[in-house]
Order: sequence, then C-alpha cells, then structure tokens
Amino acid sequence: MPTLTIRDALNQAIREELARDEKVFIMGEEVAEYDGAYKVTRGLLKDFGPKRVIDTPITELGFAGLGVGAAMAGLRPIVEFMTFNFSILATDQIVNSAAKMLYMSGGQFNIPIVFRGPGGSAFQVSSQHSQALESWYAHFPGLKVVMPSTAADAKGLLKSAIRDDDPVIFIEQERMYGNKGEVPEDPDFTIPLGVADIKREGTDVTIVARSLMVPVALKAADKLQEQGVSCEVIDPRTIRPLDIGTIVESVKKTNRVVLAEESHPMCSVNAEISHEIMERAFDYLDAPVKRVSGVDVPMPYAKNLEDLVVPDVDRIVAAVREVAYLD
Amino acid sequence: MASKVIMPKLSPTMEEGQIARWLKKEGDKVSTGEPLAEIDTDKATMEMQALANGVLRKILINEGESAPLGQLIAVIGDPNEDIESILSDAPAEQPKPAPEPAPEAPPPVQAAPQITKTDSGRLIASPLAARMAKDSGLDLRSINGSGPNGRIIKRDIEAALTQPRPAAIATATGYRDEPATQIRQTIAKRLVTSIGPVPHFFLTIDIEMDRAAEMRKNINALDPDLKISVNDIIIKVVAAALIKHPEVNASFQEKFIRYYEHADIGVAVAIEDGLITPVVRAADQKSLTQIAGEVRELAERARTKKLKPEEYTGATFSVSNLGMFGIDEFTAVINPPEGGILAIGAMTPKPVVRDNEIVIRQMMRVTMSCDHRVIDGATGAKFLQTFKKILENPLYLVV
Amino acid sequence: MSKQSAAPPSRAGAEEQSSTGVIDAPPDLDNTQLERERDEAKERQKERLSRLKPDELIDLYRQMLLIRRFEEKAAEVYVAGKIGGFCHLYIGQEAVGVGAISALRKDDYVIGSYREHGQALAKGMSARSIMAELYGKATGCSKGKGGSMHMFDKELNFLGGHGIVGGQIPLATGTAFASKYQGTDQVTICFFGEAAVNQGAFHESLNMAQLWKLPCIYICENNQYGMGTSLKRAMSLQDIAQKGCGYEIAAEFVDGMDVLAVREAVERAVERGRKHHLPTLLEVRTYRFRGHSMSDPGKYRTQEEIEKYQQRDPIMLFAASLLEQKITDQQTLDKIDAEVHEIVEDSIRFAEESPFPAPEELYTDIYANPIDPAQNRTR
Repeated sequence: MPTLTIRDALNQAIREELARDEKVFIMGEEVAEYDGAYKVTRGLLKDFGPKRVIDTPITELGFAGLGVGAAMAGLRPIVEFMTFNFSILATDQIVNSAAKMLYMSGGQFNIPIVFRGPGGSAFQVSSQHSQALESWYAHFPGLKVVMPSTAADAKGLLKSAIRDDDPVIFIEQERMYGNKGEVPEDPDFTIPLGVADIKREGTDVTIVARSLMVPVALKAADKLQEQGVSCEVIDPRTIRPLDIGTIVESVKKTNRVVLAEESHPMCSVNAEISHEIMERAFDYLDAPVKRVSGVDVPMPYAKNLEDLVVPDVDRIVAAVREVAYLD
Repeated sequence: MASKVIMPKLSPTMEEGQIARWLKKEGDKVSTGEPLAEIDTDKATMEMQALANGVLRKILINEGESAPLGQLIAVIGDPNEDIESILSDAPAEQPKPAPEPAPEAPPPVQAAPQITKTDSGRLIASPLAARMAKDSGLDLRSINGSGPNGRIIKRDIEAALTQPRPAAIATATGYRDEPATQIRQTIAKRLVTSIGPVPHFFLTIDIEMDRAAEMRKNINALDPDLKISVNDIIIKVVAAALIKHPEVNASFQEKFIRYYEHADIGVAVAIEDGLITPVVRAADQKSLTQIAGEVRELAERARTKKLKPEEYTGATFSVSNLGMFGIDEFTAVINPPEGGILAIGAMTPKPVVRDNEIVIRQMMRVTMSCDHRVIDGATGAKFLQTFKKILENPLYLVV
Repeated sequence: MSKQSAAPPSRAGAEEQSSTGVIDAPPDLDNTQLERERDEAKERQKERLSRLKPDELIDLYRQMLLIRRFEEKAAEVYVAGKIGGFCHLYIGQEAVGVGAISALRKDDYVIGSYREHGQALAKGMSARSIMAELYGKATGCSKGKGGSMHMFDKELNFLGGHGIVGGQIPLATGTAFASKYQGTDQVTICFFGEAAVNQGAFHESLNMAQLWKLPCIYICENNQYGMGTSLKRAMSLQDIAQKGCGYEIAAEFVDGMDVLAVREAVERAVERGRKHHLPTLLEVRTYRFRGHSMSDPGKYRTQEEIEKYQQRDPIMLFAASLLEQKITDQQTLDKIDAEVHEIVEDSIRFAEESPFPAPEELYTDIYANPIDPAQNRTR
C-alpha cells in the first residue's frame, strides 16, 4: 500500500469521486486556480476543469446555501470551507436548510452534500482561526459529522461522505494534513460512516479520542504501557451518528475511561459520550469518567500559551493514571 | 468546624487501643481516608484513617499510650480555629471505666479493620465495585476503600475476594505461594473476561461404589457408635486425592498461585435459611472416625447457627452432596478462592457392563467444578481419575 | 440592465435611473396619482388582455380567486383553532404569485418564503394537500411535518416555503446553478419579501448569480412592511430594483396589483434565463391586506392606507377589466366563485377527515441513509 499524507489521501478521494460521478462538483474559496488554500484540491482544476472545480467569492453563507439548493436539484456538491471557522457564517444554511430539509419536506428533499475543510486548533493564529466546532454540528439531527485521524480513514470516510445521500460535515484537522499513513489504492475502498475504530487494544483503561487527539492518545498509551498500564484507544471517526456501542463495550472491559478532545468542555461531544457511558455502563465503572478537553479559553496567540490549551500526552497520561488509581 | 478523633473500635472484642505510631504530626495536613495512626488492638496492629479534612491540630494520646474506646485522641481542624472547647471535653488522663460513645463517634460494629465512610457517614464505592460486591455476596462495609476519599474500587473487591478474610477469620493451615507465570495470568484474564470472576468448567465421572459401601458397612459393624457415612469416606478420599494432586489443592491469587499443604475440606451443609460450609481441617491427616465425628459435630452446630467464623472459612476445596435428595447429578458453584468443588449425586443401583456382561452396581455420579484460572481440564481429569480409583478400591487409603 | 419599459409610468425605467445616477425614493401614492394611473393602466390593460386567450385569462382569475378564498378559509379555521403556529396569508398579493408562475414551464423551479400558500397553489399543488398540511395531517404535502411555512412538492418542483428571512435566496441560486450545470434550460423563481433584501443572503446570492450567469428570477414582493416595520424605517435605499445595479443584474419595477404586468415582466425574465442563463431582479410592488401573520393586529398601518390599496385589489381590478373588455360575464365569474368555494370546502373536509401522522413518523425522514452504528460494525 502506498504511503500518503492525509492531504493527498483527501485529494485522492475527491479526485476518484469526481471521476466516478458527474453530479459531484467541488466549490469553495481558492479551490481551483490557487490549488487549494491547504492544497487538498491540488491539480483538480487541471484535471476536471472549471465546471467541476469552482472558485467562489468569499461568501460562505451564499455558497453554502447555493450548494444546498444544487443538492435539492439533484447534484452532489462538495463545499470546501477554507477553514471551519468560516462555516460559522454559513450555519443558517447548514442548520436551517441542509439539516432540516428532508424532515420538513416530509421526506421529499434529501440533501446529498459534503461540507468539508480544516478545523480544530491550528498553529498560532489566535482565537478566530483555531477552534473546534464539531459539537455545534453534532447537535443537529439531519447532519452527519465525520472527523478522520489517519490517511486511510480520511480517504475511506470522505468517499463514503460524498456517496452518502445526507448532508455530511467533514472536519479535517489543520495540523494533521501532513501526517502520513498507508492508504488502499482500490477506487472502491470506502469506510462506512458511523463505525468507530479501535486504534489500539488494551485492558486497563479506555481512551476515546478523535481527530488530533488520536495520535496524542496513542503516544500516551505507549508511555503508559511502560508504566504497566494497558490502554485501549478508540476513535469514533463519525461523531454523528455515534458508534457508542464500541465505546461502551470497551468500557465494560476496562472499567475506566478517559475522553480526550480539543474542543471546549462545555456541551462538548465528550460531554455527550460521558453521559452515554454513565447511562449504559454505570455498573461497570470503577472510576468517574475523566475528560481531557481544550482549556476553556479562547485560543491565545503566544506559543507557550497555545501549548497549554491543546491537550497533550502528559495530560492524557495523568488522566489515565488518575482513573486507574495510580497516583 | 473542628472534628474529634476518637479511639475507634477495631475489633469485636477490643476495649481499649494503644497508639503504635502516629503517621501524621501536629500541624500536618490530613484528608479524609488518609492513614492517621497505627493502633494496636487486642488482636492486631490496625491502620486508622482520618474521617475529616484539615490540619492535625492536637495529639492527645502519644505513641505507646492507650485510650479506651470512644476517647478523644486527637483533633483535626482548620489551622487557626479555636479548639479549646473541644479539648476541654477530653477526660483528664483518667479513662472512664465504661467508655461512652462520643456524640460524633463512628459506630463501627463489624469485625472490620476500618470502615470506609465519607464525612456524612455514607459508604462510597464505584458502581463496578458495588456490583461486584453484590454479585459475590461481600458486605461493602467490611471492605477498606483504597480510592480517593476512601472509595471502594474494583481492586479492593478483588483483594477481598482473593485474600483470606482478615482478623478473626481462619486461614488454611499451611501453604506455599508460587508466582503465576505470564501464560497463567493471561489464561486467567481471558477466562475471566469470558465467564465472570471465577471461570468455572465442569468434569463428570461415574464411580462404582459397591466396595466403598461394603467398607462402610464393615467399619460400622466394628462399633455401632461409629456411624460413618459414605460422605465421610468421600471427604477422606477427596483429601487423599488432593494431596496426590497438589495442583488442584490450590487457589488463584492474581499474581501468584497458592498451593496448600493440607486438604481443608469444606462440607456444604443445608441450613434453614441457606447454606454454610464448615471446614474439616487437614482432612488428609485425619482418620475416618475423626472426620465422621467432626462433620457430625460441625453440621449440628451449623444447623443451630453456632459456628464460629473460623470454622466455616478458609477451606481449600469443598464437597457438596445432594445424594440424599435423590439428585443424580448436579453442578456446584465454587466458593472463592478455592480451586474447586465436588458435587456428589445419589448412589443408585444401575446396570453396567463388566467383563462383557451386564451387572448391577451401586453407581454414583460426581461432577467437579474447577476454577479454570488455576485448574486446567487435564489436571482436573487426572485428579478425578485418582479420586475414582481410590473410591472404587478404598484399600488404597491404607496402602 | 433591462431594456424593457414595463414599469408603470409613475416610475422611471431602471435603465434611465442608472444612467443618470439619480435615485428617486418611491413616491407616496396619493389619490390623484392613483386616478391618473388607473386611466393609463386601462389602456395598457386592453392591449395586454388581447395577448392572451380568454381561457387563459379566466384561468388566471380562477387561480387568484382560489388563493383568496383559500386564505380566507385558512384565516377562519385558524381562528377556530384548527391550525397551529404561524400562518402568513397571501391576501392582496395573489397577482404576484399567479402572474409570475403562469409565465413558467411546469419543470421550472419555484421557491418561496413562509408566505407561500398562494404560490404553492399557483404552482399546481392541490388545495387538499396544502390545507391538510396546515392542519398538520399525514395527508399534507409535507406529511404534517412542515406546516404553514414549509410546503413542498418535489413532483411539481415547488421547493418549499422557508422560515428564515432570506434563507431561500441562496437555495434558489443553487437550483439555478444546477440547471446550468446539467445543461437544462429550466429557470428558478425565488419569491421573497422586501425585508429579506437587507439580509446578506440576498446580496451574496445576487453577486454569485450574475458572476456565474445563473438563470434565477429573484422576485421581491414589496408589500412595504417587514412584519410591523415599514420599509422607510428599515432600508436606506428603498428603491429595491436599484439594488440590482450593484451586481449588474437586470432589474425591473413591476405593479404587483396587475397580474398581467407581473406575468409579462416574468416572461421577459424567463427568456433571459432560458436563453442566456442570466438572472433578473424584479421588485413587485404589492400590499398585504391582512397582518404579517394571523397574530398581527396591524396597528402600524392606518385604515385609510389599507382602504386605498383595497381599491386596487388585484382580483377586483382584473375582474373589472375582464367584464369591461367583454372577455367574460358576471355569470361566469359567479360560477367560478362557486367552483372555487367548493374546492376550498372540499379541502377543509379532506383535512378534517385525514389522520394525524402516526407517532412513528416522528423518527422518519431525518436521514435519507439512516445509519445504525450497531449494525454497521463488522467486529
């Protein structure tokens, strides 16, 4: 299997789906002539032309809504947000139009659209350009929310998202575009939405992590192994619908769980996962569910402060030791 | 508000305690559940935990000195709090003849080393620990919580399940511990995941009982007072077989496996409201008549509920006999941490083939439940073979 | 810019205005002006009427009357507590929906705001399915899940009423985009009120539509009140057709009380869309005779103002022209009234008798591809 960066795995997924289905097109700021602000769409304009690969003005609400309308008329748009921070401008169209159209039309108009782009913490761009918004979108029935953590997952999940008949929020981690991994070449390779992946098996403590937190959790698990603690690392991959069963099964085995995420703790995805564990695995818990979240402050610019915000290996190790009653 | 630290009741028979060692000195910060002092009781040296958060303001009883139950021995409070009023309540050197419980005195009544409670007196345990305790019939109040704030957690339950009961409770008469190998630990873990804390498996064998029955008849003919039962013979044979197969006379203790020197046989006795298992200690070294006498006496006291804890705990292996109820065959549940239990069915005449002929024999079917963490199928089978061989030819007992 | 001169004479053509750069605020309508307009309109009307067959004209009348009677009935049953939530009536604006949609082909797209019952009827949806939807019944066009603000019909390419002011404008831009992308010559009509013009969605959409040459007809129904706030209090430049200048979009001002004027303006826009993939902005001046919604007492308007506009009731005026030009007679109009009355009564009976959605319906139509994680797991 070839080794690709997450960036190139995403590019491959979009490329294959553009080739596979004429109804698929991609639009967004700088996706065409500029080859993508983060180079995810590199070379697509050259290969598919300006009809399929469309530069938009900086008009997020407008082109998000245009995408939803095009989907109502039978197309399968991929809408790129240069970063998900800008999707905030488009939330009316994502939440009020895309998520609810099928329901309020009594099942007549489904919206096969992918809203994708980088999200989560970036490097030293301060508060407006460095934040995790998945819990916003995961809140709404009608949307599906996907966050890959490896190159293979990125490709397999994006292809599934593009083929899916519902609106999918696909959040790539800005810091992870250069991460490499093996990626199957088979153009029919997909990963089903709504299926968690056990990234590492273990027996003592379950760590649930997504996106950027997956490699951090895996490093923490290595470190903890040296300390005699065996960690199971689960990546839900799809936030909505959430594969809570896999998480609960693991917690029933390990009796202890640490939930890691970049986002602010209030009303976060892990707040929800924590509740589900409490409800479904209460009698299996030997310690309170422990969360490791982004610090509850807007993202600062200064490097030393920024480093304090994003959960790191040490914070996850400390949390695992706490639930394992080791300190 | 300042809290009184009083001499706790740490054993059922304790009247006063001696401070062996203070683990904190005056001025040290203490928090609930932290060890505060070691106290010598009439039975053992026990750890006393703090029941309040704050600073150890005053020690009233020094190391080596004694105080009756309920007497104020120290005060925990805020660093600057006035504790004079509390101190003035303390008796001047002269211990009261009959200790009166102080108003906030914790009311420990179990023969437990320390009772885990929060300030409000509420027992705290993780949901898992609570469920495990319920499943295994453990009283949470008898368990020392090692988690934060004295929380009882999984490892405390496991310790309570795998270790002999503390204090007044008896242990087996002698043993050696050998480290559990990696593979043994892995097997243990896998099996537990599959089937529960004690992974049972079952082995069944038919035994021809004519000779054993005949032997019983002959012995009883020697002296009408002897009244040896078939069950007594079974206990003796089990003990003999266990000594021949020490790998079965063993219990799984997480990191090591404990092999017992003697066969302490638990004998299940049905009583009015349940079941109790008095123990025949070192049955391998006792004569049939001794065993018969002991079993009769223990069973009698079991029915009248006069057994002491040390008489019904700490067996290495158990026997349960439902033959008198006409039960042909059943499986029994292992009493942890024992490695196995033998379920004895009824002795009934049955046609069997001997030398190509159908003959009638007194047959008995036994089923052994084995803890798979310590006993494997082949190990259990070999033990059962020995058991069968001796029981079918009881002369082996004297050979 | 539009080369057409369909705008009423009281208004300068959009082209003329843009060339001078002078922007006139819309003049207040006073009585002398109204009378003068009426005379001039009669002449125009005669000419316009001659362009359509009598059957077509009578059908426009029938459609407008159906909307009027339907909405009057909706108001009646709303007050009786049969309809919940909001209910925004189209009374007074019938000529806009009917005139515009009559210029379309069946496969063209129409999308509206929450004041869309009349447009849904004009697009061919049955009174039954709309009334049942208002009742929240399973037989409603949206299975009782949408209600007054969310009428949809996929077969008829009626893409819904939308509840967020201006929210439908980017969606319409998207269907127009899809028509061009797929190489069809379908056009899209997007209806919205004048208050939506202040939303960013309007400006973002017009910019993209002209930039990418999308066949979308933006019809601003200027009924002069955004809920209770008059246009003058809410918009710095009140000449909405002028907003097209900012995006180089062809724009016209249209008399929304004249069904034929609307129809003709939209015909021009349709041609622009079908042949040249170009968008159009129409400001259609109209007036709602009722409050913003059923719960609006309308205290912000004077009785005189309402009566002034009622003299220009589009249905009344159209009937008068039909009679004056001897295209039909009163007997026929009475017959139509009776027919329409029966259609509306039938829709009420249908809605009353229809079942409410089954409780299981609560959980359907959330996803087209529902995912059960437990079933998807392969482990």
